[in-house]
Amino acid sequence: MTAVDTRTPVPRTTPTDPGKPPRRRGRFGRINWPLTILLAVASLTVLVPLYVTVAMAFKTSAQSVDGNALSLPAPFNPASFVEAWQLTRFPVSFSVSVGVAALTVVATLLLSSFASYAIVRNWHKRFFRWSFVYLLAAMFLPFPVIALPQIKLTAQLGLDNPIGVGILHAMFQLSFSVLLYSAYLRSIPVELEESARIDGASTWQIFWQIILPLLAPMNATVGIFAFLASWNDFMLPSLITADPTMQTLPVVQNIFQSKFGTNYNVAFASYLMAMAPTIIVYLFAQRWVISGVTQGAVKN
Amino acid sequence: MTMQTPLARETDQPAPGPATAATRVHRRVGSLHRTEPMYYFFVVPALVLFTAFVVAPACVGIFYSFTDYLGFGAWHFLGLENYKALVSDPSILASYGFTLGFALVTVVATQVIALALAIGLTKKVKFAAGLRSVFVIPMVVSGIIVAYVFNYLFSNTLPALATSVGFGPLEQSILGDPNLAWLSIVIVSAWQTVPGALLVYTAGLTSIPNDLYEASALDGAGAWKQLRSITLPLISGFIVINTVLGVKGYLGAYDVIVGLTGGGPGTATSSVAMTIFGGFTGGDYAYQMANATVFFIITVLISVLQLAATRGRNLRLA
Repeated sequence: MTAVDTRTPVPRTTPTDPGKPPRRRGRFGRINWPLTILLAVASLTVLVPLYVTVAMAFKTSAQSVDGNALSLPAPFNPASFVEAWQLTRFPVSFSVSVGVAALTVVATLLLSSFASYAIVRNWHKRFFRWSFVYLLAAMFLPFPVIALPQIKLTAQLGLDNPIGVGILHAMFQLSFSVLLYSAYLRSIPVELEESARIDGASTWQIFWQIILPLLAPMNATVGIFAFLASWNDFMLPSLITADPTMQTLPVVQNIFQSKFGTNYNVAFASYLMAMAPTIIVYLFAQRWVISGVTQGAVKN
Repeated sequence: MTMQTPLARETDQPAPGPATAATRVHRRVGSLHRTEPMYYFFVVPALVLFTAFVVAPACVGIFYSFTDYLGFGAWHFLGLENYKALVSDPSILASYGFTLGFALVTVVATQVIALALAIGLTKKVKFAAGLRSVFVIPMVVSGIIVAYVFNYLFSNTLPALATSVGFGPLEQSILGDPNLAWLSIVIVSAWQTVPGALLVYTAGLTSIPNDLYEASALDGAGAWKQLRSITLPLISGFIVINTVLGVKGYLGAYDVIVGLTGGGPGTATSSVAMTIFGGFTGGDYAYQMANATVFFIITVLISVLQLAATRGRNLRLA
């Protein structure tokens, strides 16, 4: 939570300087309390749905159908999680989600950092300039447009499974990631590499030992975005994966829409288990999530 | 590998000192003739996979849109028949009407809310960092799950609240009302996409020097005047990016709709994406590929138009 708070703390008043705190407050201006309250109320639009999810997850079946979503769980009933765990076959779907997300992240990081490095260092060559434009064109290509042929293609290649989903997720991350990487790589001076090259290092060694470490902040941003996009997606896995027992967490939640329609407490316990990983990642990696969005926009 | 110091560099180099610049020029000229093969090795995997999994399927799909292909078996050329049929298909036209209208309303609502929040958060408020953290949370949560949660709120909690305060119009679930169901999709889509836009606007707002506001305040400009004459012109680039990316996302809306209304009631909230996916099970593969091709052209056109409109604007400002 504190990672984004870049304001410098107000230093403690020293006995020799009693006049400092009022002056300082004057320079920074007074806290705008009405606006603070307004924003706090606005934040309820985010917090209330999250609260309802948590509260409902801990209710009993009887309490969950009483229509009052805002009430606290009474009695407190964690048993919903056990039932949700079994109904969604949580260990399996969780592992599938982790596998798909991991494949997406690794493929995205490697493919786009490799490609961006080659493109930026050979920008004077038409082939690499065109490669850049070619890869970026996918920004304007929504998945529904190519969904039908992709479904057929993955089925023919035997990739109508989580591996195929991971590959396709990585493909849809390429444009954005290449954009971020190449903007960042342009700011890394070539001189660093030239001296290593003179020492006899190959391009391959230079990439792994000089460039990749320098890309660390970008790797974090690109990786987190690839993870979020992959973990949260419903559309692609629901259409690509043929075997329903190999579905990702977001997709298996649909069982609560039909069969277990009134077991709200179990459904919400399951939603909570599916949502928690990304919220936890976000709380720890806020800085990169925020810088990713910002830089993606600025570099566009 | 340790980074080379200038000293090491000079001792290892055959032509040290003054020749460095000349050597670099020579290297650069040399590289015009020959790129190291390793660079191709770096860029080719991305190009090959991208071509195989994205570009090739797109081409195959466009090709089949001119045929009567069912997704399997034999096929014949139809020419533009599928496209002609699309134009007079009421369900297709309705899905475009819904999708475009939804995208327009959502993009406007999202920009207004995100900008208002971003401006608020850059003012002197308590807990600004904490509040921003909260506002960003929806961005990291799965759209389908958010839609399921809101589905419950719209169909149970909201009617219960409306009944208890005696507010007639909301006593029935808005998800079941053909005239109101689209609103639920706008609300949840905006809920999910406000954070991204908010972060971009925050970056834009912090790039505006504070002196401008102070100077204009001395000249007697009020908050509204400052917003129109300073803030909006200076963040116009950020507004463009947000709208272009936003519209592109909303046009492809699927997850949120599936979780809220499933396209219903009837086909009142059926988006273009949902209609296209219907082609996979419905047996009208070629027809829906024609639909997808038209959809692609419309998406690109809208993005290009948005960018072109603002390029003209930037030139005027410059």
